Amino acid sequence: MIEASLKDLAAALRAGTLSSVELTTLFLDRIDALNPSLNAFITVDRDGALTAARAADARLAAGTAGPLTGIPLAHKDVFCTEGVRTTCASRMLENFVSPYDAHVVSQLKAVGAVMLGKTNMDEFAMGSSNENTHFGPTKNPWNTGRVPGGSSGGSAVAVAARLAPIATGTDTGGSVRQPAALTGVTGIKPTYGVVSRYGMIAYASSLDQGGAFGRSAEDCALLLSAMAGFDPRDSTSVERETEDYTRDLGKPLAGLRIGLPKEFFAEGMDDDVRAATEAALDQYRQLGATTVEVSLPNAKLAIPAYYVIAPAEASSNLSRFDGVRYGHRAPEYGDLADMYSKSRAQGFGAEVKRRILVGTYVLSHGYYDAYYLQAQKLRRLIAEDFIAAFTQCDVIAGPTSPTVAWPIGEKSDDPVQMYLQDIYTIAVNLAGLPGLSLPCGTGANDLPVGLQLIGNYFDEARLLNVAHGFQQTTDWHRRMPAVG
Amino acid sequence: MSRPDWEVVIGLEIHAQLNTASKIFSGATTAFGAEANAQASAVDIALPGVLPVLNKGAVERAIRFGLAIDAEVARKSVFARKNYFYPDLPKGYQISQFELPVVVGGQVTIRVGEGDAAYDKTVTLTRAHLEEDAGKSLHEDFHGMSGIDLNRAGTPLLEIVSEPDMRSSAEAVAYARALHTLVRWIDICDGNMQEGSFRCDANVSVRRPGAELGTRREIKNLNSFRFLQQAIDYEIQWQIERIEDGGRVEQATVLFDPDSGETRMMRSKEDAHDYRYFPDPDLLPVVISEDWIERTRAALPELPGAMRARFEADWGLSAYDAITLTSSRDAATYFEAAVAAAGDTLAKPCANWIMGELAARLNKAERDITDSPVGPAQLAALVRRIADGTISNNAGKKVFDTLWSEAGADVDAIIEAQGLKQMNDSGALEAIVDDVLAANPKSVEEFRAGKEKALNALVGQVMKASRGKANPTQVNEVLRSKLGG
Repeated sequence: MIEASLKDLAAALRAGTLSSVELTTLFLDRIDALNPSLNAFITVDRDGALTAARAADARLAAGTAGPLTGIPLAHKDVFCTEGVRTTCASRMLENFVSPYDAHVVSQLKAVGAVMLGKTNMDEFAMGSSNENTHFGPTKNPWNTGRVPGGSSGGSAVAVAARLAPIATGTDTGGSVRQPAALTGVTGIKPTYGVVSRYGMIAYASSLDQGGAFGRSAEDCALLLSAMAGFDPRDSTSVERETEDYTRDLGKPLAGLRIGLPKEFFAEGMDDDVRAATEAALDQYRQLGATTVEVSLPNAKLAIPAYYVIAPAEASSNLSRFDGVRYGHRAPEYGDLADMYSKSRAQGFGAEVKRRILVGTYVLSHGYYDAYYLQAQKLRRLIAEDFIAAFTQCDVIAGPTSPTVAWPIGEKSDDPVQMYLQDIYTIAVNLAGLPGLSLPCGTGANDLPVGLQLIGNYFDEARLLNVAHGFQQTTDWHRRMPAVG
Repeated sequence: MSRPDWEVVIGLEIHAQLNTASKIFSGATTAFGAEANAQASAVDIALPGVLPVLNKGAVERAIRFGLAIDAEVARKSVFARKNYFYPDLPKGYQISQFELPVVVGGQVTIRVGEGDAAYDKTVTLTRAHLEEDAGKSLHEDFHGMSGIDLNRAGTPLLEIVSEPDMRSSAEAVAYARALHTLVRWIDICDGNMQEGSFRCDANVSVRRPGAELGTRREIKNLNSFRFLQQAIDYEIQWQIERIEDGGRVEQATVLFDPDSGETRMMRSKEDAHDYRYFPDPDLLPVVISEDWIERTRAALPELPGAMRARFEADWGLSAYDAITLTSSRDAATYFEAAVAAAGDTLAKPCANWIMGELAARLNKAERDITDSPVGPAQLAALVRRIADGTISNNAGKKVFDTLWSEAGADVDAIIEAQGLKQMNDSGALEAIVDDVLAANPKSVEEFRAGKEKALNALVGQVMKASRGKANPTQVNEVLRSKLGG
C-alpha cells in the first residue's frame, strides 16, 4: 500500500476496498515508528488526521470524492494551519498556532485530502540541508548520517521514506528540487504566481513559491492541480484558468528539444552526478528527444544576486517577529529596544540572523544602489538568458544539485559552501520559471541523483509529462530506501 | 512676528485619511471609535503568512486629488516598504510610496490675509503618495505597561507634500485650509481634525533674505489650524533667537505642546532612522490607465478655484465673498441654489445673507448648512422681497427669525401675518414727517445749524411713528427735502 500511486490509492478508496481511515492509520503508524530516527515531522496531528479521514470516507461513500479525497499528505511547516501549530522550525514560532489556513492548506482540505502533520525544514526556509532547525536535523532515509537537503527536507524525507504519499513544500532558491534530488523523489516548483503565497510564511516574497513532492511526476501533477489557482488574497498570484496538470501525461516525447546549458555542464559538478545526468539524457534521446547546447551566460551570477535579494526581502519580512503580538518574547528585558533585541536574539537561529544582517546591510542608505538595484539588474539578465534559450528548445535539463547528499555537519560551518549547493536551482527562481527534479540514477554510496528539468513560463504540464515519460521507462523513482 | 531682516521658509506635509469603507490593504472597516483592536484583521495585525491587497478605492481617491490640483497622475507608481521597529507598526515596516508616487506636482491657489492686505498666492506641490497608517500606542491604564490598539493600522492615507513655498504661518494656514476644503470638496477625506483625519507636519526654517535655505526643523502632527499657526510662530521665533544668540539650528523633529505653546525636540538628525526603503515584493506596481483617469475626471465636481472665479466674474462677488462661499461644497451649493431662485442680479445680497445672518445662526446652533431650517429657496424669496422694497432689511431679519423657527414657512405669508410691509404710500409718509417735524423743533433747529446727527434722531422718530413700516431710504429723502436740505 505504501508503494501505491495516488491513482491506485484513489481507485481503491472509491472501490471501497480501502478506507481513508485505514490508509491514514497506516501512515500515522509508520510515522510513529520511523519519525524518531528520521525527524521528518515537527508535529503529527493524529486526531485531526483521523477526523479528516472519516469525513473523507463519508464523501467517498456519497460519491462526491475527487482524486485526492481521503489521500494522506504532509505540509511543510511553513504553511499556516488553523488549530495546528506552525513553527517554521523556529524557536520564534515554537508555540504559534495560526487562526487561519494558508490558501494551499484550505484548497487541499476542500478536496478532502487528509493532513498527517507538519514537516521539518530549515528555519524560515533558509538553508539547503535541514540542519538549521530548532527541532533537530532531519535525516536522509538513504543514509541517516547524511542530510536530506533543504529547506523542504522534511517533506522530501516524508515522501522518500513513505511516511506520506505526497507532501507540500516551498522553493525560494531550490528548496523543493534540491531535497527531492537528495532523497530520490520527484518535486516541482511551478512558475512564480501559480500557487498562492497566502498563509505561506514569507522568506523572500519575490522568489517564494509553493511546490509539490511525490514519488512520481504523475503524483506531483495531481497534487499541484489541487494547490494551484488564482487567489485574490495574493496580489502576485496570476489570474489564469485553473489547470489540470495531468493533461499532457502520456504524450510521446519524440521530437522534444532538450536544451543543455553549457555552463551547467562545465565544472563544479561531481563525477557521479555527471555520469547519472548523462545517462538520463541518453535515455531521453532513446525516447526520441534531441538535445541542443544552449547558453545561460549570466547564470553564474545567480548566487550573488540571490544572496542580495533574498536576504533583503527576508530582513523586512521577518521584522514582524518582534515579540509584541505573538511568537517568542524574552522572559526578561529592560526597555523596548532590549525587548526586541533579546526576543529576536533568542528566537532566531544563526543562519536566519546572518541573512537578516546581510539583508539589512544591502538595503542600507548608500549601499542600496550598489547591491539591491544591481542584483535586480542581474535578475533581469538571467531571465533574458532563459527566454533566449527557450527559442532553441522546449525544456532545459541539467543536474539539480552538484553533489549527492553529504554527511550531517560537513558544511554547516561554511555558509558559502552551503550556498553553492543551489548553483543550478537558484537562477530558475530569479527568472520565475517552473523547475522540476526527478530521480535519475545513483551516485557514490548508492545515493540518489536528481535530474533538473526547467520549463518555460506556465509550462508545468509539459514539464511533468517530460518527467513522466522518463518514469514510464525507468525505475529510479520506484527505488525505496531501506527503512522500517 | 514678521521681521523684515529674516525670511521664513515653510513646507507642509499633510496626511489626509481617505474615506474608503475598508482599509488600504485589508477588508477591515475604517470606522472610527470602535473598541481597541476590534477592527484589526489578520492582515492588520501582521500574522505570519498574510499578504496585502490594494484597495482600488484609495487609488481612485488619489487620482481625484491629482486631477483636482492639476498634477500628473503617475501611470505607474510603486509601493515600497519603509522599515522600522515600533510596537504599533505590526509588520515592522510601513507600506508607503517612495521613489514613484501616484501624484506628482500640482498647485493650489490660496488667499492670504484679510481686507486690503489680502493677496493670492500659488503654492506648488511636490507630490502626493498613498500609504497605510500605523496603530496607536496607549500609555495609560496598563499598570506601567503600554497597550497597542491596531484599529487604525492600515487606514489609507494620502500624504500631500508641498514645496517650501510658504513665507509665513498665515500662508501655511491658508494653504492647509485650502487643502482641507479641497479634500472634502472632492469627497476623498472627511476632514475631521479631532479624529486625526487631517494632520499637518510643518517643515520650518529661517534665513537672511537672499541667503541659502536654512536648516529646517519638522513639527509633527499638528491637528488644528490654530496649533499649526502657534507652532510655526513659536518655531520661527525660537530659530531666529537661536541664530541671533550665536547658536545654530540643528536638523530635528519636534513636537508642539499646546499647553505651553512651545515646540520641543523629539529626535535629532543623529537619531534619524535609515528606513531601508525598497519596492514591496508583495504588491504589483499600481498601473493607472488613461481610461480610468478620464472616467475619474468626468466624475469630478466643479472645483472651488473655478467656482470662485466664476462667482467673481459672473456675479461680481468680491474675492473674499467668493472664497468664503466656496469654503465648502455644501455652502457653494446652497449659494448657487439661492441665486438660481432669486436671480443673478441678487447674488450679492444672497451672499450677504448666507455669510451673515444664516452663518451666524448655523454657527450658534452648531448646525451644518445642509441641515439648515431655512432653505435656499426661502432665503431667495426673502432677498427678493427686500430688493423689491416690500419689506425693509430690518423687517427681513424678523422674517428670517420666523423662517428659522417655523420649518417650511412662506415668506409672503409671514410678511402678511406680521404686518411687515413697508409704507410705500408717499402721502401717508409725508403726513407722518410733518407731524414729527412739528413735534421736534429742537432737532430741526440743530440740523439746520449743521448738525447732521440731528437727522438720525428725526429718522428714528418717523420710523417709530410708522411702526417700522416706512422705508428708511425714503424717510431720509422726504426729511431732507422738507428741511430744505
